[in-house]
Amino acid sequence: MAGYAFLVIIVLSLVGYYVGRSAGRGFVATGGREVHSLPGYHGAFVAVWVCLPAFVLVLLWLFLQGTIIDQVLISSLPQGYVDLADSSRVSLVLSEIKNVAAGRLFGDPSPEVESAAALYNRWETIARWAMLVAVLGLTILTLVVARTRLAPRFRARNNFERVVSGLMIFCSLVAIVTTIGIIASLLFEAWEFFKRVPVSEFLFGIRWEPQIALRADQVAGKGAFGAIPVFTGTLLIATIAMIVATPIGIYTAIYLVEYADDRVRKIVKPIMELLAGIPTVVYGFFAVLTVAPAVRETGSVLGIAVSPNSALAAGAVMGIMIIPFISSLSDDALNAVPRTMRDGSLALGATRAETMIKVMLPAAIPGIMGGVLLAMSRAIGETMIVVMAAGLIATLTFNPVDSVTTVTVQIVTLLIGDTEFDSPKTLAAFALGLVLFVVTLCLNIVALRIVQKYREQYE
Amino acid sequence: MNDAAVAEKPVSNKTIVVEDPNMNPIRVAAKNTNVFYGQKQALFDVSIDIPERSVTAFIGPSGCGKSTFLRCINRMNDTIDGCRVTGDISLDGRDIYDPSLDVVELRARVGMVFQKPNPFPKSIYDNIAYGPKIHGLARNKAELDEIVEMSLQKAGLWNEVKDRLNDSGTGLSGGQQQRLCIARAIAVSPEVILMDEPCSALDPIATAKVEELIDELKENYCIIIVTHSMQQAARVSQRTAFFHIGILVEVGPTEHIFTNPKDERTHDYITGRFG
Amino acid sequence: MSTADMSLPAKFDWSSQAAVARRRSRHAADHRLRWIGIVAIMIAVGLLGILLATLVSTGYRAFVQTMATVPVYINPEYVDENDPSKGNYRAIVKDTLTSLFPDVTNPRDQRDLGKLLTNNTQFMIRNKVVADPSIIGTTVEMTLPVSDPFDQLEKGVLSRELPEDQRKINDKEIGWFDALAAEGRISTPFNWGLFFNSDSRFPELAGLAGAIVGSFYALLVCFLISFPVGIAAAVYLEEFAPKNRWTDLVEVNINNLAAVPSIVFGLLGLAVFLNFFGMPRSAPLVGGMVLSLMTLPTIIIVTRASLKAVPPSIREGGLGMGASRHQVITHHVLPLALPGILTGTIIGLAQALGETAPLLLIGMNAFITSPPGGLLDASTALPTQIFIWADSPERGFVDRTSAAILVLLGFLIIMNGIAIFLRQRLERTW
Repeated sequence: MAGYAFLVIIVLSLVGYYVGRSAGRGFVATGGREVHSLPGYHGAFVAVWVCLPAFVLVLLWLFLQGTIIDQVLISSLPQGYVDLADSSRVSLVLSEIKNVAAGRLFGDPSPEVESAAALYNRWETIARWAMLVAVLGLTILTLVVARTRLAPRFRARNNFERVVSGLMIFCSLVAIVTTIGIIASLLFEAWEFFKRVPVSEFLFGIRWEPQIALRADQVAGKGAFGAIPVFTGTLLIATIAMIVATPIGIYTAIYLVEYADDRVRKIVKPIMELLAGIPTVVYGFFAVLTVAPAVRETGSVLGIAVSPNSALAAGAVMGIMIIPFISSLSDDALNAVPRTMRDGSLALGATRAETMIKVMLPAAIPGIMGGVLLAMSRAIGETMIVVMAAGLIATLTFNPVDSVTTVTVQIVTLLIGDTEFDSPKTLAAFALGLVLFVVTLCLNIVALRIVQKYREQYE
Repeated sequence: MNDAAVAEKPVSNKTIVVEDPNMNPIRVAAKNTNVFYGQKQALFDVSIDIPERSVTAFIGPSGCGKSTFLRCINRMNDTIDGCRVTGDISLDGRDIYDPSLDVVELRARVGMVFQKPNPFPKSIYDNIAYGPKIHGLARNKAELDEIVEMSLQKAGLWNEVKDRLNDSGTGLSGGQQQRLCIARAIAVSPEVILMDEPCSALDPIATAKVEELIDELKENYCIIIVTHSMQQAARVSQRTAFFHIGILVEVGPTEHIFTNPKDERTHDYITGRFG
Repeated sequence: MSTADMSLPAKFDWSSQAAVARRRSRHAADHRLRWIGIVAIMIAVGLLGILLATLVSTGYRAFVQTMATVPVYINPEYVDENDPSKGNYRAIVKDTLTSLFPDVTNPRDQRDLGKLLTNNTQFMIRNKVVADPSIIGTTVEMTLPVSDPFDQLEKGVLSRELPEDQRKINDKEIGWFDALAAEGRISTPFNWGLFFNSDSRFPELAGLAGAIVGSFYALLVCFLISFPVGIAAAVYLEEFAPKNRWTDLVEVNINNLAAVPSIVFGLLGLAVFLNFFGMPRSAPLVGGMVLSLMTLPTIIIVTRASLKAVPPSIREGGLGMGASRHQVITHHVLPLALPGILTGTIIGLAQALGETAPLLLIGMNAFITSPPGGLLDASTALPTQIFIWADSPERGFVDRTSAAILVLLGFLIIMNGIAIFLRQRLERTW
């Protein structure tokens, strides 16, 4: 039904455009130079005022329709049928009602549910038609009103452009709204979590066992939510990744800036971009298929017992993914060092290596540091490689051949599968997400600050 | 000569050399030097003798090749991709492209000061100490301190900075920075100092100070200065060479070039007809 | 200003033993640094090569599928022509195979015989009969996929050399397979099923159709949302907005959003779109909305850069003729900036195609056996399908995961190729 509503909007907008434009043309024929705007703008004015309010109406309707109908259904159920305070119960009943209404029967539903299902179907139909009628009515109304505003001296173009500017401002705010949305949703769910698990236990506890009994008859642990082992696991893998990526990235940049000729640069740069463009799920598969077994083989040859999802394997592949990041940022930083500095050093009789190490690298360090911090932030927030190659059990260890888990792995495993939205298990994922967001945000801000200060140095 | 070279072939290739019987022994000698940037030729058959312990000025309109030739002498053109140098250039009779002469040594012995002062983002002390340290000119810290002090003294900067040697070199004024760069070049005991328009980025007072310094330095170093300003060339140099579109047109004692130029192109440039 | 004493210091001996040795070691250090750089590049390139080699060497096998051509007798005793969908097709399958191997009489062996063909054989036969009931009572030659262990056997992955108890199929089963091969009943044609089938529990039947359609829908939604919104925002920020604290804040926000880990966007989608707005789980619409939030900063940044590259003289010329700012932007500036915008958008969409984590969190990793009919039907996407298959134990899925990755990389190469082509074709230098 939403499709038809949008169709109505589009059709009536076009009608409005033509109506407005012909009116505009009429003005020009009679008034000549007195007409402020081109006929097209008269048309656009009408079209935009038909389209926008109706569009907003449809969106609001679609978003609110679900909630309102849910309320109607719940209130239609007899008193005490379901405990209204238990939102998970409520949502279960609601989905049962909707399943029955759609004809997907699993066993015999209770008569209350069946009547509620019939009610749901009725209300759905009513709502759909009502929306269509409302949209039709609104568009016709706005068309007429807009048309009456048209006059030869009417500044249609200015009005239209103001609306467009308003739209653009609205679009610009989407970024802010998204950030607010992220912070709000993370805070809200994390707050729910911290109502059940104290912050101190979360931040300082060293046992992470989020398996809790979902129902009274399940046998499971009581659930410990001390996130320290998860944090250390994240740091361990990220550190291994940085150890792999930083030397390779920086030395690659040094070679490309100082020693490589154009031909080499033309070949190597695209290869680096290729490495950067490979989706992380591919790296994850590579880690599981090739790297982890190889690390294990090497370990057994050397006599070390290596876990099948060792931090070393996951960290190494993550490092591979980060190499192009560090390489290109270091390349930019080194190229930003003014050429005269390099020439000055060479003119004193320094070798290229001495110039690079004693003059250019120190001058480029802020830019390179910024790049390293951004890469670290990337490593900490990386998900797919570790979900596929790292472990699920939170062990507090710094040994690279052990299996550890990371924040992102835990977020994924806690939220995939059977999830009741209110259990501490799923809420813990949001608490972890909040920590992740804050940490990466800080790293990014510091990194950008350093890079900016450094750029000012050479302006 | 390249067929694909710039269409403007020089009218006459013979350089007019006005000899000076009192000229000092030759320090740098160039013979038939050509420079190509890719297909484009920038210098045509330049031959010149530069005497020691004096100032030789290269003058000429923009783009005439004087800076390009200057950069040949310390092989800085080698660092430019696609640049090719042919001909013989020798320092103290030794070919600078001789494999037995390390370019690193050459560049220490032939120092360079650039148009825009380029101190390293290090302390004043470290700026000066950079060269001596990498070449191993000082055996210990005391000797290094001595070299630093002496270089700054020779550049006339010591009194101004002796109390703040640890301050950043980039925090000095433009004129001080340029004298810092000159001190830096002096610190590695050069025999020749090349200066590529050293005063063009400086105000008149700083310029005067640098010119005074050049006048003192000529007692001990062979100085070659590229300059846009004929007045500066007249003030500072003993010999002057006039370049024009990649050719060395005329070279001789400075008063001679400025009062009695032999070539018409030199005459036109001096009198301001072009450039 | 200068001191009286200007004498040169004692001349440094450049040709002393010590000096020569020192220069030699300095040049050696220079060579070392150069070599370290080359080694670093070789490592990076080599790792990429190993990655691609691994993918190709495991994936190429999944592009063919071992099939067996067998005569299927549609026994009218098992199928009623009035209700063909309710026939006993399992018996038909059993009979088909026993007819090929008449000396297999042991019932356990006969059951094992049935495992030669894919598990869904009975449904395939049923579909054929339902479509054309006239074949009841006849024998039809059908080409059907063999089950995964035999597929691996034919492709040489399952080694015959291994001792029997370490293999998934025993010698007897191999004997049957070889007998069929000797009769010329085994073929390995191109595995179209990889592209046209949906996901399945059985590797020999699993395909990417659902995932490709799901990804397409999600990318479509992503484009439809982020392209106009991104350009509108960028045009406003670059051309109209006054330079004050608020616009700085917006800019900082955009730059930060571009660096937020993708999983956080998944959490946002889960909490807001699925939970608060109650949108259907696993729907490409929700996936597309989450992806558009991630692509938006990229498009804004790219558009701003393209707009900045248009020289101010263009704008001044338009304004000087009396056009309004809006008109100048729409008629003059935007068209000139369009190539850069398009290139950046395609690259942004290519990045979105490879995103997995946020789609996992909104549920696009469910086991779905048919392509989505619309934007609101549950679906998977290409990267999440890869993730699901990577987790599956059957050997056949390893090959198919690699093949799926190659398909994904293929799409990415095409998209990036188009972007580069556009950039070269339409690029203007000012």
